[in-house]
Parts: sequence; structure tokens; C-alpha cells
Amino acid sequence: MELLSSLADGFAVALTWQNIGLALLGCFLGTIMGALPGLGPSNGVAILIPLAFTLGLGATPSLILLTSVYYGAMYGGRISSILLNIPGDEPAMMTCLDGYPMAQQGRAGEALALSGVASFVGAFFATWGLVLLAPQLVKVALLFGPAEYFALFTLAFATLGGISSTNQAKSAFAAGLGLALAMIGVDTQTGVPRFTFGEVHLYDGIDFLVAIVGLFALSEVFIFLEHRGTEQDISTKPKMEIGRIIPSWKLIRHCTPTMLRTTGLGFIAGVLPGAGASLGSFISYSMEKRLVDREDTFGKGDPRGVAAPEAGNNAAAGGALVPMLALGVPGSGTTAVLLAVLLALNITPGPLLFSQNPDVVWGLIAALFIGNIMLLAMNIPMVGLFTRVLLVPPRILMPIVAMISFVGIYGISGSSFDLLVMVGFGILGWVLRKLDVPLVPVILGTLLGNEMEVNFRRAVNIANGDYTTLIGSPLAICLWAIAIAGFVLPILLGGLLRGRMRMARDEEGAVQD
Amino acid sequence: MSDRILGGIGLALSIFFAWQASIIQESFLTDAVGPKMFPYIIAAVTGLSSLYFLLKPDIDPHWPSAGRLAEIGFAALVLIAYAELLPVVGFVISTAIAAAYLTWRLGSRPIESVIIGVATSVGIYVIFRLVLGLSLARGPLGF
Repeated sequence: MELLSSLADGFAVALTWQNIGLALLGCFLGTIMGALPGLGPSNGVAILIPLAFTLGLGATPSLILLTSVYYGAMYGGRISSILLNIPGDEPAMMTCLDGYPMAQQGRAGEALALSGVASFVGAFFATWGLVLLAPQLVKVALLFGPAEYFALFTLAFATLGGISSTNQAKSAFAAGLGLALAMIGVDTQTGVPRFTFGEVHLYDGIDFLVAIVGLFALSEVFIFLEHRGTEQDISTKPKMEIGRIIPSWKLIRHCTPTMLRTTGLGFIAGVLPGAGASLGSFISYSMEKRLVDREDTFGKGDPRGVAAPEAGNNAAAGGALVPMLALGVPGSGTTAVLLAVLLALNITPGPLLFSQNPDVVWGLIAALFIGNIMLLAMNIPMVGLFTRVLLVPPRILMPIVAMISFVGIYGISGSSFDLLVMVGFGILGWVLRKLDVPLVPVILGTLLGNEMEVNFRRAVNIANGDYTTLIGSPLAICLWAIAIAGFVLPILLGGLLRGRMRMARDEEGAVQD
Repeated sequence: MSDRILGGIGLALSIFFAWQASIIQESFLTDAVGPKMFPYIIAAVTGLSSLYFLLKPDIDPHWPSAGRLAEIGFAALVLIAYAELLPVVGFVISTAIAAAYLTWRLGSRPIESVIIGVATSVGIYVIFRLVLGLSLARGPLGF
């Protein structure tokens, strides 16, 4: 009952005209960002963060705008998967397998609409999961002391590379790089400047918004410059007719069991740290294939093969918000970016968020429900409009992305120095991406570095300098064990899973080329 | 080879970072841990992972040709110049130039690029300055 009344309060916050408008705008922009190959949810949110700030929106409206972009981008990723066989973002990879064959059979509209419905089912039930699970997790998190928090942060870093990284040493390196960047500036505990080399601009430390926008958005521009004129710079123009857009009830009924099963699976994948939406869509597709593919139609345009990964990855997106809100530890790349937003708004996610800023949490959750309904309403009739976005060539789009990034950062700080730092991060991002060093741990390190150090020092200080206090409670030992397992298991299993993901994609690709 | 270079640079950076940490001036206010310990741990993590790259490098990524590298470098220079010029000549002019350059280098024809650059700049100005009221850099001409 308490939950429902909190949720009702949340709806009261979310249902103002301004917030509805922002959710609508966020859903619309997010879908477009998701649809464009190259720009995924993390880029989308990264580009729009500075804007949300410069517009002077409060905490709740900013969060509503940006989470709508997040959900919207998760919806939008499927559009280019289905029409072009190019996933808009990584989680949408599995949607290519059956979505593109459906489009080739002249059922593009049906595939788009069905995937829209599946996205809705996944995200809607995952948001309910968030409502039910996050407050429970908060109760556990209240038992956390500084030592447990330090272990939890370590766990977040250890599992973040997860299966998406090719090399755990690179994830560790990226985390170290981010943490090192966070150390720049005045030490909050003792007030001494560290790693500033006497540069006054650095006393405040490096603004993580500058780092995020540079690493994600600007490096994308450099990648496009690198690939201009090569085969990866192909025209994104869809070649087929969309066809019928409203899906038949029969089709939806046919796919409903699939959607419900994969929603559950995707949600669990999202809640687990490090797994994220890509894994969510992959295991959803694999499970459904094994369960229902009796006539061997998966990979040849089976609608259930479209519904499964879409419900799975959108459910995972909702699931990833659970640890982010309840523990302050993001479960995926985009939630790491959203965490940055919270911190920049002076809101510390974690157990206290639910008691100290209930309006923010419940307003946000209510906005997710509203955004979902908007996305469904938008995505069925307006799919034609969204597909038209794919006609805008990257040579026009990417400069706009770059310029908007600059506007946003300049609008916040009004400082050329920050813009220079941002360009530096853009180049760094490009080099790291070439070398397969994941960017998310860098961001997370910059973001959580100070908080992590504070907890580390507090824990040891309470114990009078005794470092064994870090493993001094069963809870802490448990967290360390998960952290170690999370770091080591991908080394053993990650190659296998990744290989399968790639193989699944290549095999099915080979069938239809 | 690329990973070995990364490892070498990473190792050098870790050592430099640890050295910089060791010369942090501690104030009289310090706690039992102090401001140096955590940076040492970070230096150890980056140092160890850099050693791993040195010993077990991945296969090389596909690096662009020298021409393409120069292309990327030049784009970065233009963006740096943009950052420096923004407060001097104002938003509209500097943005039009930077956007036109990027559009041109991404494959538009020169005249087309100029038009797109100006349109991008004016479009952003109208939306963000006139509609949303954001303060963008003013140049000598007032925009």
C-alpha cells in the first residue's frame, strides 16, 4: 500500500505540463538518437545532459527528460536493425536476426510495430519490477557502512567490464584511468591540492560532464571522419517499403508468451551489475529460439525472434535502474551517465535517496510509466517519420552533434578551458576505442572516484588505521567475493559468450546475404 | 604492437602518477590514511594492467592511414581553434565555420558545406538563444 501511495505522489510530480512536455521531447529525441546507427543511448543522454543543465531545469524535470531519452533510445535502436540490418546500438544487434528478414519479405511495418509493442511490454513490466525491487534493495543497502560501500564500488568496477569487454585488464586499466582523473583537484578531506600542477582551472577537478561529452559524443565524430568514404560509411537509406503498420491481434497474441518470458529474463540481466541490455537481448533470443523454434523459422523472419530481444533489452534497461537508484551503482553504461546527472544535481543516489528525495525517485519512476505509454503511442503511428531520420546523412548530422555538445558545455561553464579539455577527451576517447579499452569504466571512475576514496578513508579511519576492516564484516566479504567472481568469470566465460553472440549474428547474416 | 605501446605509456603514467602522489604536501589536518594512499592503489591497478598489455598484447587494431590520421588531427585542431575563438568572434560566426569545416571533411561539396554550416549555426542559435534563452557567446557584432 505504501508503495502505491508513493507511486501516486510520483504521478503528481510527473503529471505537470512541463514534465509531460519534457517526457514527450525526451522520448522523441531519444527514439531518433537510438535509430541512428552510431548514436546509442549513452551518446544520446551524454549530448543532452549539458542542455538539461543550461536550461536550468530542476532535478526532477532534468531526470525525466534524460530518462525519457534513455528509454526512447532503447526503443529506437530497433528501427535501423529492422530496416538496414545495422543495429542502432549494441543491444539491438539481436533484433537484426529476424527483423531484417521480415523487412525483406515486405513486412517491415509489421516488424517495427511488433518490436514497438515488445519494447513496451519489456519496459513496462521492468518499471513495475523497479517499483517492487528497488525499495527492498534499499533495506539491504541501509546495512552498509563505509567498508561495505567501498567493496560495493569495487564490485561495480569489477563487473562493469563484464562480457562486453574483450579484455579484463583493459577494463581495469580504464577504471584506473577514470579514478586517476577523479583525483585531480583539491582533496575534500584535507584540503590539499592533488595533481593540479599549479593550474587554477584544475582545482575544482575535472568536470565529469566535460569528460562524458568528450569521450562519447566527440569521439564519435572522429570515428566518422576516420571511416568517411570506406565501406562503413554506407548510405543509410532504407530501400524497402514499410508496409502495414498496425500489427494484427493475432500476431501480438502469438508473440505474447515470448514477450512475457523474455521480459523476466531481460529484467534479471539488467539488475545484475555489468550484464546490461546487450546480454539481456542475447539470452532472451537464445532462450526463445531453444524453447519455441520447432519449425526452424528463427533467423528467417520469425516475429517471435523480433519480439524476444526487444522485450529483453528494454526490460534490461529498466532493470539496470534498480541498482543505480537503490545502491548508487550503475548496472550499465547509460545508467552510469544518468548517475552523473544525479551527482551533478547534488543528489546522491543510494538508499538515502528514497527517504531524502522521494519526490525525485517516485517522480522519475512515474515518468518512466508515462514515457513508456508515450513511446508506444508514438512508435506505432509515427514509425514512418522516425525511419525518415535515417535519410539524413552522417556528414550533416555529425557536425550538428558536435556543435550541440559544445553549446551545452559552454552554456554550463562559459569557459573555453572546459571546451579544450572536452576536445582532449574526444581524442582520448577515439584512441581508447581503437585500442578496445572500454569507455564506461573511465566515466564511472571519474564519477565515483571521490566517493569511493571518501568511503575507503572513512572505513580505515574509524578502525584507527587498520586496513583489515575493509573485509571486517560478512556483508563486505560477500561483496568482495562477488567482485572477484565478477572480474574472473568473464575471463573464463566471456570469450565463449561473446563468440556465440558474434557467431549467431554472422551465421544468420550469412543465411540471407 | 599497439597494446605494447599502450602498456609502455600506461606504465610510465602510473609511475609518474605514483611519484606525483608521493610529493603531495600533507596538511596538519591529515587523517590516518592521508591523501596519498588511494592514488597509490590506483597507480598499482593501472601499472599492473599496463604490464599485462606489455606481456600479452591483443592483436593490432586497424589504424587509419597517415592521411586519415592527419584528417582527424586537423579536425581536432579546428575544434581547439573553435574553443578559443568562441568568446572572441561570437557563437554564430565561429560555429558556422567549424560546422562547415566538419561537414566538408565528412564528404559534402564545398559550397554545400558552407550552406549547411551557416544553417547549422543559425538553427542552433535560433533554437537555443532565441527560443530557449540560453546564453551563447556574444561576438563583436552582438551574436
